[in-house]
Amino acid sequence: MLAFIIQRLLQAVVVMLSVSFVSFALFQFVGDPINNMVGQDATEAQRELLRERLGLNEPWPLQFIHYIGNIIQGEFGLSYRLGIPVEDLIADRLPATMELVLVSAFMALALGVPMGVYTGLNRNSWLSRLFLTISLIGISLPTFVIGILLILIFGVWLQWLPTFGRAGVVDLGWWTTSFLTLDGWRSLIMPSITLALFQLTLIMRLIRAEMLEVLRTDYIKFARARGLRNRAVHFRHALKNTLVPVITITGLQIGSLLAFSIITETVFQWPGMGLLILQAIQFVDIPVMSSYLVLIAFLFVLINLVVDLLYFIVDPRLRLDSLSRGAH
Amino acid sequence: MNSQHDLLEVNQGLIARLIDSFKRAQDSDLYYSFRRSPVIVSAFIITMIMFLAAFLAPWIAPHQTLDLKTLDLMNAYLPPAWEPNSDPNFLLGTDDQGRDILSGMMFGLRISLGVGFASVIVSAIVGTLLGLLSGYLGGRLDSFIMRVADVQLTFPAILIALLIDGIVGSLLPKAAYNELKLYVLVLAIAASQWVNFARTVRGSTLVEKNKEYVQAAKVIGVHPFWIMVRHVLPNVISPVLVIATLSLALAILTEATLSFLGVGVPPTSPSLGTLIRIGQQYLFSGEWWMTIFPSSALVILVLAVNLLGDWLRDALNPKLR
Repeated sequence: MLAFIIQRLLQAVVVMLSVSFVSFALFQFVGDPINNMVGQDATEAQRELLRERLGLNEPWPLQFIHYIGNIIQGEFGLSYRLGIPVEDLIADRLPATMELVLVSAFMALALGVPMGVYTGLNRNSWLSRLFLTISLIGISLPTFVIGILLILIFGVWLQWLPTFGRAGVVDLGWWTTSFLTLDGWRSLIMPSITLALFQLTLIMRLIRAEMLEVLRTDYIKFARARGLRNRAVHFRHALKNTLVPVITITGLQIGSLLAFSIITETVFQWPGMGLLILQAIQFVDIPVMSSYLVLIAFLFVLINLVVDLLYFIVDPRLRLDSLSRGAH
Repeated sequence: MNSQHDLLEVNQGLIARLIDSFKRAQDSDLYYSFRRSPVIVSAFIITMIMFLAAFLAPWIAPHQTLDLKTLDLMNAYLPPAWEPNSDPNFLLGTDDQGRDILSGMMFGLRISLGVGFASVIVSAIVGTLLGLLSGYLGGRLDSFIMRVADVQLTFPAILIALLIDGIVGSLLPKAAYNELKLYVLVLAIAASQWVNFARTVRGSTLVEKNKEYVQAAKVIGVHPFWIMVRHVLPNVISPVLVIATLSLALAILTEATLSFLGVGVPPTSPSLGTLIRIGQQYLFSGEWWMTIFPSSALVILVLAVNLLGDWLRDALNPKLR
């Protein structure tokens, strides 16, 4: 197990190094940072001085090491477009995206797991058919079309819900939240449904497939033969054994929630990280782009590490396996 | 006289062979399972109609939406023909510039399908080649390619396409932006999808390379390159077809999403995603047709291609028969 963890950690470090190299290389290829910092009538001597002071005359491997050092200390440079430190921008936008992702992930799990169990147990009931039809729609509709449909129906025609922005935000100093006000929740409903629908259908289909698989196995038959109640068989024996793949997929899906939040945030003008990176791309704001690259890679590597470790916690067979191998 | 006679005979031979292979195709399992399922037949017909509409757009579209000279602002914001205050010339209504929505969709479909096909072809070729090399040669190259693939699989494809497209797009010189942007988009989508091809081909190559015919080819001294291309490749190619179909749906969706976000196709060649993005701004003022019709076309196309891909996967998989 230890060897496995060390191997994974090494792999994570290699990934992070190559991603930060790419984002470092962006600075080298696009424009001259000096031009972005000084006025048009700065003399060549002033430019040279600034270049010397910022260490831009050093060989690039040395600059790269400085760059990594800065990232580790949480310094990502100044945004070309706004002139604000990128870390402040990110700290400003991160809560909006995180709350959106959190609510969507919760929604997808809280609805997807029971729906999956139900459709797995009652294969031919009309409700299962309904769920499966809905899930087919959820899989074939692109995220932005779901968002547009929701806006059209609930925002424009019925006028029940706000259609854009993040309302009712309470500033807690280090975090801004929309969980504390009714307006905040109302503005969260449509974006989070948009984001959750695809994940919900994925989790539901996965659980259904796994349940069907597990229910066919011998130990389920044996549990029934022992005269256990249905509830015990379904939840303690069957569902528990479907959870390993579900945890993996869910972990990976949190990553794709982060990615798909870019789309949802665009549709609903949600002021999160996704809008930030899109605007950065449109304005060629290299510091923001490269920081986003590093940050998102870090989040993904972290999620993957956690998922790998969860394997060992959830499935005792893996632990036993590696222990007995270690003992020999 | 004599040569004409020969030609006729050759022609007859060719036609006979064509009829023969057509009959064989009619007898095949694939055609049987195709005919048996009405859903698949309709998905196929819908896909074909969309392909034709896109391909023939310059000739059959009612209005030339890409030609700015034909536009008339007086025609802007017209609703679909069955609504009040509409113009029967514009069946599905017009957008803010007076462009016909139906014609715009046909030209948009053309670009969406063009980008989709191009990126699938690029990713299939690159992925198959890398998978073949990786599986057949093994060793360091194999572990390097597969490690890269593993890492890439942990990131969602859409994110990879977005970042490559956005970053490389921002490096393009302003003057050539419109010409080069489409190629960047194709490469970005292809780069987000090659892994599926590479992994599948590698898997089947590993199985094939230990079979007798490969051993035999090795013994008689065939160059490894030709073993890969002539002997292994034909035996691993059928899953590539399935993945390509499913990838086409994904590629169309990715292109639409990127264009919707405003980083995909250049403004000079509006795709379905661009139309949806433009239309979305008019949702609140009641002009729903600008965005709902292109969205429906996109959804129906993706659904139909997905159904075909799923069917092809099941039909070509002998285990499921």
